[in-house]
Amino acid sequence: MATPEYAAREPEIILHGEVGQGRAGWIDWVTTTDHKKIGILYLFTTAFFFLVGGLEALLMRIQLGSPDNTFLDPTTYSQLFTLHGTTMIFMVVVPVAAGFGNFLVPLMIGARDMAFPRLNMLSWWLLVSGGAVLYGSIFWEAPSAGWTSYAPLSGAGFLGGHGIDAWILGLHLVGISSILGAINFIATIHNMRAPGMTLSRMPLFVWTILVYSYLILLALSSFAATLAMLLIDRNFDGTFFDPTQGGDPMLWQHLFWFMGHPEVYIMVLPAFGIVSEVIPVFARKPIFGYKAMAASVAAIAFLGVMVWAHHMFATPLPLGVLGFFMVASFAVAVPTGIKIFNWIGTLWRGSIEFRVPLLFAVGLVAQFALGGMTGVMLAVFPVDWQLTDSYFVVAHMHHVLFGGSAFGIIAGLYYWFPKMSGRMLSEGLGKLSFWLMVIGFNVTFLAQYSAGLSGMPRRVSEYSGSGLTEYNVISTVGSFVLAAGALVTIYNVVRSIRKGRRAGPDPWLANGLEWFTPSPPPQHNFDVIPTVRSLQPMKDIRRSIQEREAALTVQADVTEPPSKQPEPIP
Amino acid sequence: MVLVAALLVPATAGADLLTPEAGPTENAVKTDTLYKIVLFIGLAVIGLVWAALFFTLFRYRARRGRVATQITGNTALELGWTIGAGAIVVAITIITYVFLPDIRDPAASGPASVAEARGQSAAVNQPPPSDDKGLEIQVSGQQYLWRYQYPNGTFSFHEMVVPRDQTVLLKIKANDVVHSWWIPKLGGKMDAVPGYTNETWFKATRNGVFDGQCAEFCGANHPYMTAKVRVVDPAEYQQWVERQKQLIAEGQRLAQEQRREIEAETAP
Repeated sequence: MATPEYAAREPEIILHGEVGQGRAGWIDWVTTTDHKKIGILYLFTTAFFFLVGGLEALLMRIQLGSPDNTFLDPTTYSQLFTLHGTTMIFMVVVPVAAGFGNFLVPLMIGARDMAFPRLNMLSWWLLVSGGAVLYGSIFWEAPSAGWTSYAPLSGAGFLGGHGIDAWILGLHLVGISSILGAINFIATIHNMRAPGMTLSRMPLFVWTILVYSYLILLALSSFAATLAMLLIDRNFDGTFFDPTQGGDPMLWQHLFWFMGHPEVYIMVLPAFGIVSEVIPVFARKPIFGYKAMAASVAAIAFLGVMVWAHHMFATPLPLGVLGFFMVASFAVAVPTGIKIFNWIGTLWRGSIEFRVPLLFAVGLVAQFALGGMTGVMLAVFPVDWQLTDSYFVVAHMHHVLFGGSAFGIIAGLYYWFPKMSGRMLSEGLGKLSFWLMVIGFNVTFLAQYSAGLSGMPRRVSEYSGSGLTEYNVISTVGSFVLAAGALVTIYNVVRSIRKGRRAGPDPWLANGLEWFTPSPPPQHNFDVIPTVRSLQPMKDIRRSIQEREAALTVQADVTEPPSKQPEPIP
Repeated sequence: MVLVAALLVPATAGADLLTPEAGPTENAVKTDTLYKIVLFIGLAVIGLVWAALFFTLFRYRARRGRVATQITGNTALELGWTIGAGAIVVAITIITYVFLPDIRDPAASGPASVAEARGQSAAVNQPPPSDDKGLEIQVSGQQYLWRYQYPNGTFSFHEMVVPRDQTVLLKIKANDVVHSWWIPKLGGKMDAVPGYTNETWFKATRNGVFDGQCAEFCGANHPYMTAKVRVVDPAEYQQWVERQKQLIAEGQRLAQEQRREIEAETAP
């Protein structure tokens, strides 16, 4: 164990046991408690599942590429869309935020690790286990009731076998993983901020991770109970959702969407946080309306738990309920609009550098605006009767979750990859990837709005001509362009890990404390925990370094005041 | 530009590029109108947002000598767009409730069709009886078929036949899992949830055949759970009912015969 030597050189280090010290490479990775390594493990895990989920999507697009196609049989198709939805939501977009959060939150708030490092590792292991259970099912029988698994279809009477049971167990594990991660983030963010970092100086990304964590506690703990009820119904003669025994299928829908809609904000808020970090840096301006930005994150989360029944407008619900959920859903548009306007306000009168992170961030702003607009249209419940469960909904949801969340996540990847690896991603490949993805994404999903408006329901493996063929061909072509764009970014990452240009600690001249550390940061993150004086601590640090250097060169014998400013890392 | 191009490419594909299907029934037409109003408001807002965004990106791109202005906010402006966004959603709420009655509440049947549908003779232009509830059809979804039960004792599967100008009230139920009734040209969908009765209606003013299919995933063969509504002249509807009754009676007679034969064969 090499700890003593390391500790002697850096006396301030707080070491978490001896884990991660002096072990062989891969053992170190799977037993580490270092938040940065766990964050990177999360990112690789989610990237793997993103590839799997993407492949499933492409198979479905091939099937829909021509009418009356027989490439996939209906059962396989239903398994594919079940796995695609479940994977992308629970195995990709939710944990990818935990990946960025793990790597970045301690660095951004000036902490040396997460509050509970071992719990942190357990979260990752539970995520991997959940994924293994979910995908283990394909060797026996994959789940096939959709990611929503509506009862009573998901009951043992209609889908016997163990596909749905694997889905339940997999999501239980992933859910516990997310809940433990959320507890860890909440404890870390509330207790471990650097001196001077008040809540009103906290980076917006950390704000979104905090709100994300509270939403996870609320939504996924309720969902754990919901899943347990389905498990009891399927295996232990329960009748929660069985209408023939006095149960109620509507109960499943209410409970599912009570998780399902906050889940949307769980997926999108951290991407908003990433964009709020990226745009000020490349516009060379502070964020516009910081307090409104933080408050709107909290407002979206608060309203977001009161809108679940807008997924159920076509079910037998009283008119008053429909009206309430329509108005509540509209209300979410207000804080979302504030965020979009404030991002534009941040760009306004800036000096905008079109680097790849900014491109993806702006992509989110433009595309999420459209996704939000179609969301408002869907919230008008008489209109929703026409649009719900059609491809219009599929297109809307992907505009929000791909055009929104995924673009934000990729912006974060290009922005923080230099910090994580010490190397820059290629700008040229990044721009190529961006344009392929923007074109591919919009072609794929704009065509799907029209398919839905022309009467194509979602979750059908076949359709007959009658005006739907053109839209579906266009959508399939677009999906391959989109996939090509995503592959360019993946190639960029693989290539740059070894061959990328060296980044140095602060390649973007950014604002957050994470850039105060070397790239990649040492295990203990900071030699000295800096004191935070503003919303842009790194800008303050750069300025004080410049002032000091200037003073030293002009007047070598200047007596500096006893400095509270941190020393720069050599 | 890409977005616009992608929208325009399939412009030749169908008339319903940007709007839902709307057939010859008041509820579908009003839904279409409400949709268009919300769409135009939405497009106006989106146009404004995109214009502001792309103008800003172009106007303030980094160039030699440009220094970013260090502004951190503008309370008046921020309040302004918060109130503006709030006002827009209030407006959409009001518009929705203006349109709601025409979409949700069944219209009165045309006078002639009521009389003929009931097999009565009535003078043309005589107002419909005040207790007129229209033609009520029980729609039952089951894997993977729709069944229609008519008030006059007859029933049919897959294809629903209704008289023109007659308000058709649908009581939608499910026998096994959740389904969703959707004939796009005849209005919005309504879910069929086991244990519940859901309601919708239409009143077709033109003869024709209108296709639809189950819109809630209900199992592997969900894509094949199609439905059809055939709107015919009231007189033709009466003929269809009579024929359907005969067919059902004939079918039951044959089934009973067969059962007797089987019982005779298997009897000890």
